[in-house]
Amino acid sequence: MIEITWILVLSGVLFAIGLFGLLSRRNLLFMLISLEIMLNGVALIFVAASSLHGNVDGQLMYLFILTLAACEVAVGLALVIHIYRQQQDLDVDKLTKLKG
Amino acid sequence: MNSLFMNDLLMNDLLMNNLLMAIPLLPLCSAAILILFQPNERWTRILGVSSVSLAALLALLLNVQVWDEELFIIQASLGEWLSIGTSELASQHAGSLKLSFGLYLDPLSLVMITIICCIGALIHVYSASYMIQDADQCRFFAYLNLFVSSMLILVLADNLVLLYLGWEGVGLCSYLLIGFWYQKTDNNRAANKAFIITRIGDTAMLIGIILLFYQFDTVNIQQIQQQSQVFLQANTAGENQLIALSCLLLFAGAAGKSAQMPLHSWLPDAMAGPTPVSALIHAATMVTAGIYLIARNDALYQLAPQVLMFIAIIGVLTLLLGATSALFQTDLKRILAYSTISQLGYMFLALGVGAASTAIFHLMTHAFFKALLFLSAGALIYCMNHEQDIMKMGGLRKKLPLLALSFAIGCAALASLPMTSGFFSKELILQQVAMAEQPLLWWGALLGALFTALYSGKLFFIIFMGKPGHAPSHKTPAVMGAVLIVLMILALFGGIQPQGILHQFGELTLDSSSGLTLLEHGLPILVPLIGVILAWFLFGQTRGDKPVNRVGLGRFIHSGWGFDTLFSSVFITPFKKLTYLNRHDIIDASFRALETVSYRLHLMFNRLQTGQLRRYSASLILFSILAIAWGVIR
Repeated sequence: MIEITWILVLSGVLFAIGLFGLLSRRNLLFMLISLEIMLNGVALIFVAASSLHGNVDGQLMYLFILTLAACEVAVGLALVIHIYRQQQDLDVDKLTKLKG
Repeated sequence: MNSLFMNDLLMNDLLMNNLLMAIPLLPLCSAAILILFQPNERWTRILGVSSVSLAALLALLLNVQVWDEELFIIQASLGEWLSIGTSELASQHAGSLKLSFGLYLDPLSLVMITIICCIGALIHVYSASYMIQDADQCRFFAYLNLFVSSMLILVLADNLVLLYLGWEGVGLCSYLLIGFWYQKTDNNRAANKAFIITRIGDTAMLIGIILLFYQFDTVNIQQIQQQSQVFLQANTAGENQLIALSCLLLFAGAAGKSAQMPLHSWLPDAMAGPTPVSALIHAATMVTAGIYLIARNDALYQLAPQVLMFIAIIGVLTLLLGATSALFQTDLKRILAYSTISQLGYMFLALGVGAASTAIFHLMTHAFFKALLFLSAGALIYCMNHEQDIMKMGGLRKKLPLLALSFAIGCAALASLPMTSGFFSKELILQQVAMAEQPLLWWGALLGALFTALYSGKLFFIIFMGKPGHAPSHKTPAVMGAVLIVLMILALFGGIQPQGILHQFGELTLDSSSGLTLLEHGLPILVPLIGVILAWFLFGQTRGDKPVNRVGLGRFIHSGWGFDTLFSSVFITPFKKLTYLNRHDIIDASFRALETVSYRLHLMFNRLQTGQLRRYSASLILFSILAIAWGVIR
């Protein structure tokens, strides 16, 4: 059995990678992918904690998160496609039409 | 005089009550119809003239009905107006007020309504001819009718608040009519001036009415008079300063409406209105309201002899001011305006020496000859193609014989030459002043009479004698001529004092044994003659066309003793400066500060909203971390 510490480190690293990607990438598609990575990093903790405590609640939670992520990606990707069609570009630094 | 208040004088005749109610309502209804339905010109004239004429007929009928009565009271009510604090619980307490549209007719108000209706009707007939070319006759007659109706309500009101309603109605109509030709800015300015100056007096008067209510617990005029008489007999009023104050405040209102010093300066400017309006303001309505108010509250004023003295002094000053200023004017209508101010001064002088019936008598004769003079002036101005400068006229007696005659009679009555109507009333005033043993006032009034004769003579001689000036361009229209003839008869033979008011104010001792010297008898008869003869030598042969250069004293007097300049430097200029200083309104500053702060904050927060998605997410994450950190540390 792998130690819980390593798993926590792994999920932390995944979250950090996602965060870094979110803040550094300018392409909207990649920002979406980074978000998914962060989400998976968090979900990993649920699974690990579930097996550590012998409780299925965590795994159940993971399933929910998975579903939610799928929905979110579906909506997000649809928006991305729509934005690309409209603006011919996915660079978030240029998509600043909503500024005050 | 006490018997005046006895109830058995009350006449409860249904016919008379209805007559009384119809008199103010007729012009009022006609004004309402004219305003609401705006009939065509022909019907406008018919309706406007006939309503007032009918009211005049009814007033004459009332006169006939009460011909042989010495004292009488007719009361009628047009219904409840308002009641304050008269619920069952409060009805016993002081301070409850119940007002009705009550009409009250006694000899005094009968004289007033007869003057108002008859002179008003004559002026209406005249206006129908004078205003025939005006496009806006409907508005004109509506205002004119409303004017007469307000004045009738004023003199018939049985309580001070209803009187005040009529008072304000008169003020409003004078404003509307002076500014009738509103396309010219000067007319609007004159209308505003009349409205604002009379409003100063009105405000004082309203305070006076409230003070009277505070003291007498009623606003009913007759009850106030009764209680005043009780006070007078009990001789307890000497220490009551509050009554004197309220008398003074009422007089301020009267001075505003009746153009007494220092609130007189609106009257000469009020000449901006059409001439029939000037005649109506000066003869029948408006300026007589102040005289009526004081005469009506005669018993009340007896309680405040110092205020009566003050009124007499103001009267003398005003009559001197008016007479001297009139001497220096060259505008026909302004001469007449100043002469009205001066004649009103005589009336207030008479009121001040306690001769209210004489004041009303002079009011009546003045209404006759001043209406005659104004309507003649209107006809003259019409014939001379709207020329108002008497210096450009001259030698008109052959071309306009009717007007020459009417002016001659009007001026003679104004100068109070013997046997004209003005003679009898002004004589009586001078006699009363002499009997009141106020030599200074008497000499002042006599000097005023000299000036009056002088400017009356000047007016007539310059226009109708002398060398011919501009030729008239029109003939006098027949309707105007007919009205002038009626007024000529009134101005000549109208010097019969109505007996009713004599009884109402108590008999005056007029026998020669009352201690008047020959000088005091003779001078008032001689002085007008001297004045007219002097005027003949001074102005009889002048060729008017030479320009008038006024310097020093002449200029001062011409401007009406400089009251306009005084007011403008004391009130208007500082007020303008103050408003200029406060042009950004100090109270608004707090609201503007709120606006500025919000706008600044908006600009600040606006900068955060960059539209940069990555910055948003970064700040989201940063603040989430900070929030978690705060939770952990705490």
